[in-house]
Amino acid sequence: MTKFTSVEALHSHREALLATKKDENKKTVSVCAGTGCKAVGADLVVEAFKAEIAKNGLENAVHLKATGCLGLCEKGTLVMMPADQTVYHSITPKKVPTIVEQALVQDGRADDFLFADPETGAKQPTMNDIPFYASQKRLLLDKNTLIDPICLDDYISVGGYKGLAKALEIGPDKVIDEMKKATLRGRGGGGFPAGRKWETCRNAPSDKRYVICNADEGDPGAFMDASLLEGQPHSVIEGMIIGAYTIGSDEGYVYVRHEYPLAVERLTKALEQVRASGLLGENILGTGFNFDIKINKGGGAFVCGESTALMASIEGRVGEPRAKHIHTVVAGLNDKPTNLNNVETWATVPLIVEHGADWFTQMGTKGSPGTKIFSLVGKVNNTGLVEAEMGATLRQIIFDMGGGIRGGRPFKAVQTGGPSGGCLPADKLDVPVDFDTLWNEGSMMGSGGMVAMDDQTCMVDVARYFLDFLKFESCGKCTTCREGIRRLHQLVSDVAEGRATEETLDLIETLAETVEKGSLCALGTSAVNPVLSTLKYFREEYLAHVRDKKCPAGVCKELITYHINENCTGCLICKRRCPEQCIAGENKQIHVIDTSKCTKCGICKDVCKFDAVEIY
Amino acid sequence: MDLTFVDAILTKHNRDTRSLLAIMQDIQEEVRYLPKEAVQHLSKELSIPLSRIYAMATFYNSFHLEPRGKYTCTVCMGTACHVAGAPRLVEQLERDLKIDSGKTTPDLMFSIEEVNCVGACALAPLLIVNGEYNSNMTSDAVSRKIKRLKKEEGGA
Repeated sequence: MTKFTSVEALHSHREALLATKKDENKKTVSVCAGTGCKAVGADLVVEAFKAEIAKNGLENAVHLKATGCLGLCEKGTLVMMPADQTVYHSITPKKVPTIVEQALVQDGRADDFLFADPETGAKQPTMNDIPFYASQKRLLLDKNTLIDPICLDDYISVGGYKGLAKALEIGPDKVIDEMKKATLRGRGGGGFPAGRKWETCRNAPSDKRYVICNADEGDPGAFMDASLLEGQPHSVIEGMIIGAYTIGSDEGYVYVRHEYPLAVERLTKALEQVRASGLLGENILGTGFNFDIKINKGGGAFVCGESTALMASIEGRVGEPRAKHIHTVVAGLNDKPTNLNNVETWATVPLIVEHGADWFTQMGTKGSPGTKIFSLVGKVNNTGLVEAEMGATLRQIIFDMGGGIRGGRPFKAVQTGGPSGGCLPADKLDVPVDFDTLWNEGSMMGSGGMVAMDDQTCMVDVARYFLDFLKFESCGKCTTCREGIRRLHQLVSDVAEGRATEETLDLIETLAETVEKGSLCALGTSAVNPVLSTLKYFREEYLAHVRDKKCPAGVCKELITYHINENCTGCLICKRRCPEQCIAGENKQIHVIDTSKCTKCGICKDVCKFDAVEIY
Repeated sequence: MDLTFVDAILTKHNRDTRSLLAIMQDIQEEVRYLPKEAVQHLSKELSIPLSRIYAMATFYNSFHLEPRGKYTCTVCMGTACHVAGAPRLVEQLERDLKIDSGKTTPDLMFSIEEVNCVGACALAPLLIVNGEYNSNMTSDAVSRKIKRLKKEEGGA
């Protein structure tokens, strides 16, 4: 690996890379190797491509890349031809020979595996034709499609480490000016302007400063940061080096969830590469600036996403947050000034430094410039990662990019911001998504989790789910959080299980206020958002549980019963599969469930091919 | 119990108490749980109280204080998996294996575990058996999976 001893050496290496690329004129094939696609067999697809390319003698004409997440996890494994942005979906090893033959040997397209309009059947060959991609603004995610995550040359050839080179050229003061002008707000959920944070940290008197990348993405249903670390670890590393240079730090940490083994693996490899090439370590690019990064794996505690808890964890202690009378930018890790930003924030930094604040603020809204990555999951057609300009509406994200609700069912609510966020109903679909607006509507942006829900999702159950999660994840330091969330969970369970009265709902609201006011960190203060927002927007559903003892969505076990309707053909399958043996019926006769014995496990509904099992 | 592997891990981390979390993670990586002997050894070698190590071990969800089964059946409990019916998968495992979630069968063959979210939401609900992802699961599919594993073990 080349070791760059100066900024010029890096630039000339990039030019040489681009020149060779031009000469070679190779076709590139990108196979998505993100967590989602890997889980459905992306590795086998890569192997199949390798074999097929060799079989056709195309080794020198084709460049095969296993890339980071291409976004549309629902249709994995995805394969893309970056030259003209053709995308193939649901690719299995069996389909590979056809693609190689039609797209690489014959230089055409493998029509059978292209996306198509669900109504007209018209083919949608390229990213610009596929609504999921066409309506996004892929400032960060685009890189995922172009580069092999652990190939430094790939990253350099798409402009990587240009931001660092520029930072070293213009000096820390100007970098801070640009960052402040860009008003890049913390993508982890807090939304605090990164430029101001950097400045305070830089000005805090000390002989030692730290930078930290918070990759403890604990929100259930969110995987934006994972996909960046897996798909372009160098973006994050470059951002951190720029930050360290600007702030005056020589030591950095990435605190990453242990549940993301692939992210840890790729980050480790990327760090080895930058160390070997003089971009990290002693005397970076010959400027005399020293900085190195260590990886810390989290222990699976949600609260460690909170900055002070995270720092305690790096110090080898239990991850309990502390009061922030003195901010971590003044006294953080080891009581030294520490600048912590999340993965997406760090990954955006090189772009701002390279292209300038004016370029960045053209995108998004005035208060929240730039783009934001969302993990769009739940009952949508296109589950995956989307990157939208700040200020895009929920409708654009869920219906244009997400392709609407699965099975044509009605949209009911969208949950944003994870356990700290809230649920917004259908009449809020035209709300623009930015830090301030979502907050005013009783939810929050959080780190970008977005869970769409249909009429078969019970909002009481959703509130109970998040309280159950937080009850378990509360570190226990503050009484209101430790005991309050537990009691809130009990009260909402009373609603879900038919024991509640209307007074219970009032009690929930009163107690929620106490939890919010009496807790130290954001885990406690925002823990009440899911229950309060559902109570605000879906009170009728709570009342149905309380007054009628019914769960309209058919979810809350204690309030539902299973029935077999006249669609039943008497095929005996459910009868055979019922673990309680409480289904009676003869061949070709409608079966009957003995509701007194039924444990509502739902197996009969799972196995019925005739849609004959109903929930009341 | 042979504890030389603990010494090797301690050396790797320069016996630095600040790396306690990483040291404990490495021990668990080796034997898949934190054996009592290893924890006691750690306490003695690093001169830190047992209570502090156990505080860490019980605070961080990824640690296990009891041996785990040959097959770890992990149900993802992320929001997307939850709305897609993940709790029913846990109930099915509990019924089929006759143990509570978080426990291991007496023959040390199966453990049921829950994880907050693995970020593979397009595959919800998700059952992970020893790192192998089973997507879009139903209670029925869980039962069949367990039956198959039991049969393989019985036949072997």
